[in-house]
Amino acid sequence: MSGSFSIDGVTVPFETGQSIMDAALAAKIYIPHLCHNPEFQPHGSCRLCCVTANGRTVAACTTLATDGLEVANETHEITTRRRLLLKLLFVEGNHVCPACEKSGACQLQAVAYHCGMLAPEFVHFYPKRAVDASHPETIIDFNRCILCELCVRASRDHDGKSVFNISGRGIDAHLTIDSPSGRLGDSRFSASDKAARVCPVGAILPKHRGYEIPIGRRLYDQESISQVGDVASHREQEDG
Amino acid sequence: MHTVQENDPSNLLQRLIGLQQAFRHIPSDAIDHLAESLGLSRAFILGVIQFYSFLHSSPRGEYDILFSDNITDQMQGSRLLAQRLASKLGVDIGRTRDDQRVTLDYTSCTGMGDQGPAALVNGHPITRLTMERVDQLAALIEQAVPLDNWPAELFQVSAGVERRDIVLNSDYKPGTAILRCLEEGAEELLRRLEQAGLRGCGGAGFSTAKKWRFCASTESAERYVVCNADEGEPGTFKDRYLLQAHADRLFEGMTLCAAVIGARRGFLYLRGEYRYLLGPLQQILQQRRENGLLGQAILGRDGFDFDIDIHLGAGAYICGEESALIESLEGKRGIPRNRPPFPVTRGYLGMPTVVNNVETLANAALIAQQGVEWFRSVGTAQSPGSKLLSISGDCERPGIYEFPFGTPISEILAACQAHHTQAVQIGGAAGRLIPPAEFNRTLAFEDLATGGSFMVFNQSRELLNAIDNFTRFFRHESCGFCTPCRVGTAMLTKQLGKVMVGHATSKDLDELGTLGSLMRQTSHCGLGQTAANPILDGLEKFPDIFQSRLRSTSFEPAFDLDASLEEARAITGRSDPGAHLEGGGV
Repeated sequence: MSGSFSIDGVTVPFETGQSIMDAALAAKIYIPHLCHNPEFQPHGSCRLCCVTANGRTVAACTTLATDGLEVANETHEITTRRRLLLKLLFVEGNHVCPACEKSGACQLQAVAYHCGMLAPEFVHFYPKRAVDASHPETIIDFNRCILCELCVRASRDHDGKSVFNISGRGIDAHLTIDSPSGRLGDSRFSASDKAARVCPVGAILPKHRGYEIPIGRRLYDQESISQVGDVASHREQEDG
Repeated sequence: MHTVQENDPSNLLQRLIGLQQAFRHIPSDAIDHLAESLGLSRAFILGVIQFYSFLHSSPRGEYDILFSDNITDQMQGSRLLAQRLASKLGVDIGRTRDDQRVTLDYTSCTGMGDQGPAALVNGHPITRLTMERVDQLAALIEQAVPLDNWPAELFQVSAGVERRDIVLNSDYKPGTAILRCLEEGAEELLRRLEQAGLRGCGGAGFSTAKKWRFCASTESAERYVVCNADEGEPGTFKDRYLLQAHADRLFEGMTLCAAVIGARRGFLYLRGEYRYLLGPLQQILQQRRENGLLGQAILGRDGFDFDIDIHLGAGAYICGEESALIESLEGKRGIPRNRPPFPVTRGYLGMPTVVNNVETLANAALIAQQGVEWFRSVGTAQSPGSKLLSISGDCERPGIYEFPFGTPISEILAACQAHHTQAVQIGGAAGRLIPPAEFNRTLAFEDLATGGSFMVFNQSRELLNAIDNFTRFFRHESCGFCTPCRVGTAMLTKQLGKVMVGHATSKDLDELGTLGSLMRQTSHCGLGQTAANPILDGLEKFPDIFQSRLRSTSFEPAFDLDASLEEARAITGRSDPGAHLEGGGV
């Protein structure tokens, strides 16, 4: 079974069972997103991919495409809303782009540029969060975690290790590591895990490899995320 | 009998609640033991512990006292009472005393709005707190009197029905509805519920018959029926009354549903705050088993096997959302699922599941017994029947009221003897704030739909305190899954705090509105979509209460620049005018 629907007036074909996001990705139409990665079960938590479908606001990654559906994606109203959601993510964590190893290859930064977010608007929370450098190959900087749960899903569903989890509730929700000490170095995590390669921001980073590609020559320095897509898929190509 | 196997991972939450009660926390070695026996990771178990307010990783005091912190409790002086107890016992609120004797803290509404201020002591409700009662508590705690020996009147929860209509005036005989269903068949029962027009009483108002039909028509080896008794909406307590006085009706309703959808097993998900009802409810279940109304071959009908387990919640409002409730039943963190698929097609353990509110199931049993015309004798065309309301706040007669749908707010206010009413919050914190100009509106799905919470505020009240209370409530209860709700509820709290202390400007009000509508539009579930309602309604219907607190400047920094220099002045020992910023630095 298949059919077609429209995104901002462009006709998009779909197979039954595909989400709006799946069909858009296949048609190379960019719908901004952070927690979505086609290799894993859709999550629907970042809400950045919220579009209107026949006038109703839905997350594109968790809503099935249906025949004749009229989807609005890059309207002024929706982009304004996305910019606000992005600002919320910056308020919540500690994102210091100029000093971040991931700058230029960070999806949060790239989507923010795409949506026209150029300056902070709200008072940031400046939470006190730790850095976990206990693992010999990988470092975790919780300051940059946006709770997309991609590492949680990758470790559980792909690596079969369930190294990562979410704990706490509400604004106190946070990423945790399954080990007796709660530290990455004591867990079953390995730098060759899928979970090491899915982080859209700079929360999970390889050690010993700083600034191999100079800032200015990185993925999103060259082209907009709307053209080149997720950073994780590029990493898979490089590593593969 | 169907019971969950001890070592089934879906039993995790129930095991943790048991451990918390036995050890006053979840000991670390118990986590290791659970991880091994249930085949779960340690981090997963810690994640569950840290999700539920009533589970703790470090020990609570021998007496763990939680003051209900709903606005109606506060209006009755709960904060002063808590502070008095804290100073009598020499412990700060939010802390455990060094000798581990007592822990004091606040908790979300405990469902005692008609007999507050209320508290929980080791899970047992204490009602009608006064200064005298607080002093009595302090003495009992200092003398280390075991809870079993505390005076019984402290724990008295009265029924408090102030108005009855068709439902509460009807007698009910256990088994009649099931017998009728067995005689006439499931299809006839569904037709009756359809004709009666029974809709979900939790507030959403979905057709009950339709829900049961959807579930029955989904291919599956197993189906489940779940009663949502996680009555967490601030200011509601009518389910508490139904569970206390009419549990037979709701168990009968669950059994009817089981007959229709072909379920062999059902759950009553009971909020942790109502744990005191667990014993009595289990007795009623046992009695029904002995009377052939539960268990194997119900009423002698071969193949009609059905039984009900009671699962406890542990202090998480979000578990009132049906898919979060199912996650919680499975022993996990109560994160709402992506829908569709809806629980009627994929619910508990992925099987088709009906989740209905207590009142809905009790009404289903009564409709089966009394018939369609009886139910339709009151109410409106779109909202037939009646609704139980939990009325609290500024009125002379708080309590349970049964009103026909279609009753105007003004009539309800007159009945509960509310005077000089400034506003009514209908439907709890997630509901709507109604000004006097709208008191002619009616209680009905087509006008003001409500789960049953009805909080009255008279003209002497600062409404902003209520709005602030509800906003903090949502910050505390947000599950943290989606960005707009997780961050939005925290930002609303901060931003409203700025208004409360008189530091806000008109720009801050604009931001509140912008954030609120973002949350309404983009949140993952109903909690986030409604969390800004108190602020948005307040801004729209009571703009003066915000405006009167604003600074006249158009911009106000988030912090006081001059005050921020205090540390520098202390270090340098300066206090001359040059070390100060004029006008706070603005």
